[in-house]
Amino acid sequence: MLTSRTKNLYQELILEHNKKPRNYRVPETSSHQAKGHNPLCGDKLDVYLSVDEESSTISDVSFIGDGCAISKASASIMTTMVKGKSVEEAQSLFKMFHDMTTGKETDVTEDQIPSRLRVFAGVKDLPARVKCATLAWHTLDAALQGEEKISTE
Amino acid sequence: MSQAAIKTETVHNPDQIQKQLKNLRDDFPILSRKINGRELVYLDNAASTQLPKQVIETVSAYHEFHHSNVHRGVHTLSQEATDLYEEAREQIRSFINAPSLKEVIITSGTTDAINLVSRCYGEPRFGKGDVILVSNMEHHANIVPWHMLAEKTGAEMKVIPITDEGSIDMDAYRALLGPDVKMVAVNHISNALGTINPVKEITDLAHKAGAVVMIDGAQAVGHELVDVQALNCDFYAFSGHKMHGPTGIGILYGKEELLKEMKPNRGGGDMILSVSFGEITYAGLPAKFEAGTPPIAQAIGLGAAAKYLSGLDRDLMYQHEQNLLKYATDKLSSVPGLRIIGTSPEKTSIVSFVLDGVHPHDIGTILDENGVAVRTGHHCAQPVMERYNVPATTRASMAFYNTFSEIDALYDSLLKVNELFDVNQPN
Ligand SMILES: Cc1ncc(COP(=O)(O)O)c(C=O)c1O
Repeated sequence: MLTSRTKNLYQELILEHNKKPRNYRVPETSSHQAKGHNPLCGDKLDVYLSVDEESSTISDVSFIGDGCAISKASASIMTTMVKGKSVEEAQSLFKMFHDMTTGKETDVTEDQIPSRLRVFAGVKDLPARVKCATLAWHTLDAALQGEEKISTE
Repeated sequence: MSQAAIKTETVHNPDQIQKQLKNLRDDFPILSRKINGRELVYLDNAASTQLPKQVIETVSAYHEFHHSNVHRGVHTLSQEATDLYEEAREQIRSFINAPSLKEVIITSGTTDAINLVSRCYGEPRFGKGDVILVSNMEHHANIVPWHMLAEKTGAEMKVIPITDEGSIDMDAYRALLGPDVKMVAVNHISNALGTINPVKEITDLAHKAGAVVMIDGAQAVGHELVDVQALNCDFYAFSGHKMHGPTGIGILYGKEELLKEMKPNRGGGDMILSVSFGEITYAGLPAKFEAGTPPIAQAIGLGAAAKYLSGLDRDLMYQHEQNLLKYATDKLSSVPGLRIIGTSPEKTSIVSFVLDGVHPHDIGTILDENGVAVRTGHHCAQPVMERYNVPATTRASMAFYNTFSEIDALYDSLLKVNELFDVNQPN
């Protein structure tokens, strides 16, 4: 029998993105990129971005990498969330996601969090898995800041 | 443990043996814990084994009645603490059949012990042109100190390859051995693969070539009867927490003639005979390598663990572990999509595996939800992962207190994993 906690963590959407990750490719060109590494579990992923300088919008984003279902699905969902958004919007999504997965008290109410991000709320009860969920976002943030490598340790 | 126990067919039936060992389970209070509402199924013994109440009570009694600093005071408590500490050393000596108490150095663990040898034996002796051999299946604790030593001294580290099934390639080893080889560092049992290495043969060959041998026994002491005299190795390291003792404690066994020539690794109290600002005379063995207040309670706990294990029928325990290994190997092999990494004919009760389409981390989380504790990751043995071209594995490691029904629980949980991820399902 699967417990409700397991089901809560491995929601349909997560399993589906794990199986068929979106924007899983190395682009021909990109303006920003970074490598993320979680040495604890060996998860590795590369995030590529094309940022339009004038409008400061993310015109393309993609990733490749190796990792658990949580990290892969999180990366995949992230790409679908930030594509077409401004850099600023992407960064505030990162903050929102980070606060939610680390269980930080904020003014943001649950219904203000996009449902595609909300599926990861379960990781806050599993400290060992928080980094899996946030790796892609940290890597995105690093790419936007012009850092080439980040490690979650 | 006797080779015979590996080779002979079971004389008793496996269930009978399990029944005989059943009472031992009651010695381990933690095994009756519930995790996420289920019975704990503890299959992470290669990371740390659990403590019997005999060890817990000995450590607790020390704190309650005898605690004081050792080797210092004339008062009663200090004398009692010293006696208990040195008694523990004797229990450990006897446990590994070391010839002398001088050869039993108390360290903080296997890692600490290997670093001590690398620094105090290797550093002043090795240089350019010298070779250190390590196997491809070592734990980082038996790689990194040698790598650091090589960087510092100009010596070269070379790797003894392993076969596809995960045994040391003995022909390749023989070919690597030459007059330039100064040190051979291998584990007795691999934590990542479960392979039991022929350390006696490895040692004899190394000695013929004039090399010194360091055995990482971290995974062996909890399963095998270790006799350092029979092995004739020069150094043997192990940790308390892998043999039902506390963490923060381990042992370096070293041959007296080598230890005697080595300079101390750390300076401080307890390791000197006399100090003036002009001249320092070091204490003899083993005190020379035990600067500062040692982990007294932990050493006493390790002594108690050695005594506990020595009082048991270890042949029977070994047989049970081998039965568990066989049962787990057969059962897990029948999980669709599962592949076992490490299939040497000589193995301890460790089963490392990958499951098609599911990352070990996800497996670990789901098993934990079912109360099943396993290790997932690279097991501090990244070169092994590279060798098999996998980023990580899931590892179930059994101790003598584990049961066949716990393997069933592992099996059932793995089927649930396949179901949840909708992989490896019959069409
Ligand atoms: C084979 C082996 N060597 C060395 C070690 C390191 O032991 P410790 O962390 O107790 O120093 C371990 C434990 O993980 C091990 O399994």
